[in-house]
Amino acid sequence: MIEVEHLTKYFGDFIAIEDVSFDVQPGEIVGFLGPNAAGKTTTMRIITGFMPPSEGTVRVAGYDILRNSLEARREIGYLPETVPLYTDMTVRQYLGFMGSLRGMSDAAKKQRTGYVIERMRLEDYADTFIGRLSKGFRQRVGIAQAILHDPKVLVLDEPTIGIDPVQVVETRELIKSLGREHTVVLSTHILPEVSMICERVVVINEGRIVAVDKPENLSVRLRGSEQVKLEVRGPERDVANRLRQVEGVRQVNRQRVDGNIYEYTLECDPGSGVRDGLASLIVNQGWGLLGLQSVTMSLEDIFLKLTVRDEEGAPR
Amino acid sequence: MTIILAIARRELSTYFSSPIAYVIMSAFLVFTGLLFIDSLSGAFREASLRGFLAGETFGGLLGESINAAFVLLLLGPVLTMRLLAEESKLGTLELLLTAPVRDTEVVLGKFLSALVTMAILLVLTLYYPILLWAFASPDTGPILSGYLGLALLGAFFLSVGLFASSLSNSQIVSAVVGLVILLMFWFIDEAADFFSGLPEDILEFVSPRAHFTDFARGIIATETIIYLLALTAIFVFLTIRSLETRRWR
Repeated sequence: MIEVEHLTKYFGDFIAIEDVSFDVQPGEIVGFLGPNAAGKTTTMRIITGFMPPSEGTVRVAGYDILRNSLEARREIGYLPETVPLYTDMTVRQYLGFMGSLRGMSDAAKKQRTGYVIERMRLEDYADTFIGRLSKGFRQRVGIAQAILHDPKVLVLDEPTIGIDPVQVVETRELIKSLGREHTVVLSTHILPEVSMICERVVVINEGRIVAVDKPENLSVRLRGSEQVKLEVRGPERDVANRLRQVEGVRQVNRQRVDGNIYEYTLECDPGSGVRDGLASLIVNQGWGLLGLQSVTMSLEDIFLKLTVRDEEGAPR
Repeated sequence: MTIILAIARRELSTYFSSPIAYVIMSAFLVFTGLLFIDSLSGAFREASLRGFLAGETFGGLLGESINAAFVLLLLGPVLTMRLLAEESKLGTLELLLTAPVRDTEVVLGKFLSALVTMAILLVLTLYYPILLWAFASPDTGPILSGYLGLALLGAFFLSVGLFASSLSNSQIVSAVVGLVILLMFWFIDEAADFFSGLPEDILEFVSPRAHFTDFARGIIATETIIYLLALTAIFVFLTIRSLETRRWR
């Protein structure tokens, strides 16, 4: 539905994004994850045709955003990060205006305006001037105009920024439900958000894509090994030695907790399923198994690992 | 066309739901009213539109260089300053330019809204000639041609103002830039004195000032009309180009 190929954008000498490529399949919800100033907004502005790339191409629903710009733009609903709206119009007037810009007939405008007002629960504010609405309601109006013409593609730039926690939860639910009808690309720097909403994540940092994967795969793929934490009561040297002999365990570190209780951190081969063996080993030896836990890396960890450069220049 | 009209309608409702249009109209009426009264205070104490249209007040307080067109020149860039500058400042330009709308349609819609506002402005001043017609029998020809001149010049002023508005995010900067461009055009014939022959003729032709005086005297020259329409078209075109390059910045 969206094909982004080798996008590069310079602002003067500054490289905002460099060689960014990814695809979005129809019906997918793809999250664009990166710290501030990573190039998320620039990429979205290029996809929506607001600014042209310095190099590379974007096709939306098969239309090149530069060569068939109007056709491509017709398929896109866009919510810019700042939610720019005309504050001197009422919600209904504004939606009517946006409908005219998209060439909708009067009947279609009326029907769709009614629908999006209901869908975004703006009924009580339909005739209120946008300038009087709170940030949360403006956000809803912003999304309302984005879905007004029932576009194939929705591009949402930081859709949950600046609104209160309850509204954030609502908005996430809404985006999920929008994902059933539209192909959605959203950007965020909030990590849990992508695992909550998105089926796929594009991680971007300093203008470059550093990873593209499902949120749950990212953790396994990037670590290269699995961690298991054990808490065992028993002679620590013996325990450590026997643990090392278990198939799939690469390395054992231990840390004293209390008395002869130690916490052992095991680095294991990914997918080796060592936990069964570990449990029976400890029980058979007559030691006390106080805790057994597989450690999955949180998205925060992955994110840091991906975006913060290792001092020694080790591969990320 | 429906898109151009939709944009124009939105701009018009902004003009008239905010103080801008009313402030400008009041200012225009006060100035032109002064011009009208000025001819009454002149040596001939004559009620006429010559002061208003041509600045010819025969000894009135206001000099010859001040007439209705000059007042329009001062107010034009103020009328147009927000049209594009505000959109880009508020970021609404982003939604406008990512909608399936051509840059040309955006510019023409905005230009149209300014033209309509100016037309309303000119219609409001019609009470001067109506007064004259009510109490006397003035020469109708120069009045009509004078208004034609005002309309043509007004369109040109607005096109320059719109162009200036496309250059920056700041309404003030836009107004000042528009004003400077217009003043340069207006007074460029002063420079004609330093030349002779063809350069002198060119400079005199380029300045809209002398053309307006012709209109006010009842002279309608085809080349003047073509010249003013072409100037207007050029600045509208430059605005479209400027909006396009804005994407590339």
